[in-house]
Amino acid sequence: MEFKDYYEVMGVSRDATQDKIKRSYRKLARKYHPDVSKETDAEERFKEVQEAYEVLKDPEKRAAYDNLGRQWHSGEEFRPPPGWDAGFEFGGGGFTAGDTREFSDFFEALFGGRHWHRADRTGSFQLRGEDRHARILIDLEDAYHGAARAITLRVPEATPDGHVRMRERNLNVRIPPGVRPGQQIRLTGQGAPGMGDGKPGDLYLEIEFKSHRLFYAEGRDVYLELPVTPWEAALGATVSVPTLGTKVDMKIPKGSQAGGRLRLKGRGLPGQPPGDQYVVLRIMTPPATTAGAEAVYRKMAKELPFNPRANMGV
Amino acid sequence: MKQSRLTLSGAVIDETAELTLGELCRACAIHAELIMDMVAEGIVEPRGSEPPDWRFPGTALRRVELTLRLQRDLQINLAGTALVVDLLEELQELRARVQFFERHILK
Repeated sequence: MEFKDYYEVMGVSRDATQDKIKRSYRKLARKYHPDVSKETDAEERFKEVQEAYEVLKDPEKRAAYDNLGRQWHSGEEFRPPPGWDAGFEFGGGGFTAGDTREFSDFFEALFGGRHWHRADRTGSFQLRGEDRHARILIDLEDAYHGAARAITLRVPEATPDGHVRMRERNLNVRIPPGVRPGQQIRLTGQGAPGMGDGKPGDLYLEIEFKSHRLFYAEGRDVYLELPVTPWEAALGATVSVPTLGTKVDMKIPKGSQAGGRLRLKGRGLPGQPPGDQYVVLRIMTPPATTAGAEAVYRKMAKELPFNPRANMGV
Repeated sequence: MKQSRLTLSGAVIDETAELTLGELCRACAIHAELIMDMVAEGIVEPRGSEPPDWRFPGTALRRVELTLRLQRDLQINLAGTALVVDLLEELQELRARVQFFERHILK
């Protein structure tokens, strides 16, 4: 496994005070918290930061970690030396607050042993299994048509020696038409197994949309930007428009302007009532690359006196 | 463990779904007192006047979980979390809108 330089992750020196480590953690946590951050690797980074803080905030773990010595470098192949944590007195995990199940193998190898945990989270006398939560990213088309999607979840699983391993679990899930971001799909009995005769918990999947090449959804409404020619906008036309369903013919009214918004009723995401599709017009001008095209533009300039900057006082 | 190849169908918890206090507690694995504190802060707003009659919209689930994560990971108190949860919802909407405008209208 790879050595993790927790000081490097936290951006502090090895002799940093506990206060300094705490300040650094707060700052990084705000920056990379997956609910807040817009960084693409936020989730990964946040886990790293949490793991580093888990060790460095706890004087016992920090001392044990420091005891590994300074010869290790981040990313280096690492095996914990035998008896590396001998001679430390363990109050035992009073500082273990977060969910450590998703931490690295490196963390697990050093601190995964039972004596680092005071209370075993999974050992309570709960008969019914825990409910589990996960987020899934789906395409807008799937939300429109409904779909069956294969998803892979990483599930923590206790091993006989008291460690926790992540296991991959594959599920096929039906995405009902009309789901929207923030909504959850509850799969009864698909959470953690119960103890004894206890029933398993439920699995909640929170919906999130992938960003789409053409459309963007707000509530049940869907927005599309549609390029049109100047003559289609000026004279009116009937044009073919993509929707999440089949393409439809839409009438562009005579005298339309760029930015004009047209509504296709009921063509948004399904529901009671279904959403609408809004089409925002963008006027594209053909390039004047031939003598003929140039002549047409010159003729327009002569015959269509028009100052689009009139309201700017210029 | 053998894995099911069946396609699972679940119930969609949307804003028309109605969760009781007990269901919400169970789904989020927390005590009712904490949800009651969140109600007092306006983080989630049930219909009904007394806790036994409370019915939460499905969106409450997301807000409670978000609150728990923010409290746990960033050590924000409940009043602060209430503000952050509201702002995050607004931010998410704005980000999606900005992304669309940047990609299309402003190109």
